[in-house]
Amino acid sequence: MNVLLDNLGEFGSRFLGTVELFVLSAVASLVLGTVLAAMRVSPVPAMRVAGTAYVTLLRNTPLTLVFFFFAFGFPLLEIADLSFFTLAVVSLSLYTAAFVCETVRAGITTVPPGQAEAARALGLGFGQSLSLIILPQAIRAVVPPLTSVQIALLKNTTVAAGFSVVEAGGIYQVLSERGYSTLVGLLWVALGFVILITPLTLLQRSLERRWSASSGGAVKAGAR
Amino acid sequence: MTPMVRLAGVNKHFGDLHVLRDIDLEIAGGEVVVVLGPSGSGKSTLCRAINRLEPIDGGVVEIDGKELPAEGRDLAALRSDVGMVFQQFNLFAHKTILENVTLAPIKVRKVSKGEAENRARTLLDRVGIGNQASKYPAQLSGGQQQRVAIARALAMDPKVMLFDEPTSALDPEMVGEVVEVMSDLARDGMTMVVVTHEMGFARRAAHRVVFMADGEIVEDSTPDAFFQRPSSERARDFLGKILTH
Ligand SMILES: Nc1ncnc2c1ncn2[C@@H]1O[C@H](COP(=O)(O)OP(=O)(O)O)[C@@H](O)[C@H]1O
Ligand SMILES: [Mg+2]
Repeated sequence: MNVLLDNLGEFGSRFLGTVELFVLSAVASLVLGTVLAAMRVSPVPAMRVAGTAYVTLLRNTPLTLVFFFFAFGFPLLEIADLSFFTLAVVSLSLYTAAFVCETVRAGITTVPPGQAEAARALGLGFGQSLSLIILPQAIRAVVPPLTSVQIALLKNTTVAAGFSVVEAGGIYQVLSERGYSTLVGLLWVALGFVILITPLTLLQRSLERRWSASSGGAVKAGAR
Repeated sequence: MTPMVRLAGVNKHFGDLHVLRDIDLEIAGGEVVVVLGPSGSGKSTLCRAINRLEPIDGGVVEIDGKELPAEGRDLAALRSDVGMVFQQFNLFAHKTILENVTLAPIKVRKVSKGEAENRARTLLDRVGIGNQASKYPAQLSGGQQQRVAIARALAMDPKVMLFDEPTSALDPEMVGEVVEVMSDLARDGMTMVVVTHEMGFARRAAHRVVFMADGEIVEDSTPDAFFQRPSSERARDFLGKILTH
């Protein structure tokens, strides 16, 4: 218990760093991943190629390498002077977006093709068909696996510790410098992550429940 | 007078399969054309080529004198002048009946919500679904869903309506209600292209019958002439099969 209480400030500021990393990267990866999924189903071949290339590259690169690139390679390009924190958000977002993209794309394929055909026949453009007809119907299939992707992102934030970003994964170093038991400290960190992940899981469950109770339920009840 | 629909030299392949062979077809405003032919003869593909839902390999498609471009924003705009009714209804499953009918007028034609809803209610009344506006598609019977699909297409004030086997997915007792709505439309002067096996509709409502086989238009005549004196062996063969059961 002492490990936690004596270092409460350290735990607090570092978990705050974790939450900041996570929230910013989650939002950015969801936006970028959805755009990438739209590219991958777009009628324009160049868009599809670009989307596929991005996903193939980022999904097959270890996250640490992505971090290395942005922490050490990117500054050499002298485009902008960004903090390690910003670079960590960029790395996590770009990496996670590839997984978001594939999850959203899989969700899109669960929507019957007749829905998009009807939308096109009415004169809706590609963007309108996607945003008004396809994605709203894909979302039910997408949210459970998407939550898993975001949970993985939350855990992946610890990679940032290796790049001097203040977050929870780096606590053990401080503890061992201060002469505390690293093992006990790590157990507290693990507990911290469980506490952070629980709301995500609960959110996932409540969304699933709400959808099966609202129009989806009515649809099922009315189906012949 | 410019024809409402004009296809000239339209060709379409699916791989090695030549599905539409040099199709020339002109349909005048207000004309009702029923397309008949054996399964696989290219009727659906013809229908989908008219609004370019199916890309074609060559040829021209014109609606009311305007050529439909191959893709892009202009195609979407011109396509909204052509209403389409599918065999499987394809109502938007996550939208209410009213929203199904108002969506395209609001998003494509930029009509105000209030105006779109008024018009939608009028159209839903016309097809006999007025009291179900707040339900979801899956809560309606097939016949009701297909009538909503017709109202949804009409909400765009189309110049032409395409029907691809609109009654083939329906239980027999629901065919009549959909055919009735289509017959009303025909009487009101709508230009229609109808792929169907409903011979009653073809006889009563059609001005012309187009008979297809193997991707070609084999006969193009009045219903009377087609049903009584089919000129090709293939049409006689086809009629023999469908009229005996
Ligand atoms: N998307 C497709 N891919 C490959 N072949 C197709 C496709 N759609 C239709 N076909 C083929 O094209 C031919 C014509 O099909 P279709 O126009 O649907 O005929 P019909 O409506 O008269 O039954 C058929 O042989 C069919 O198998
Ligand atoms: Mg067909």
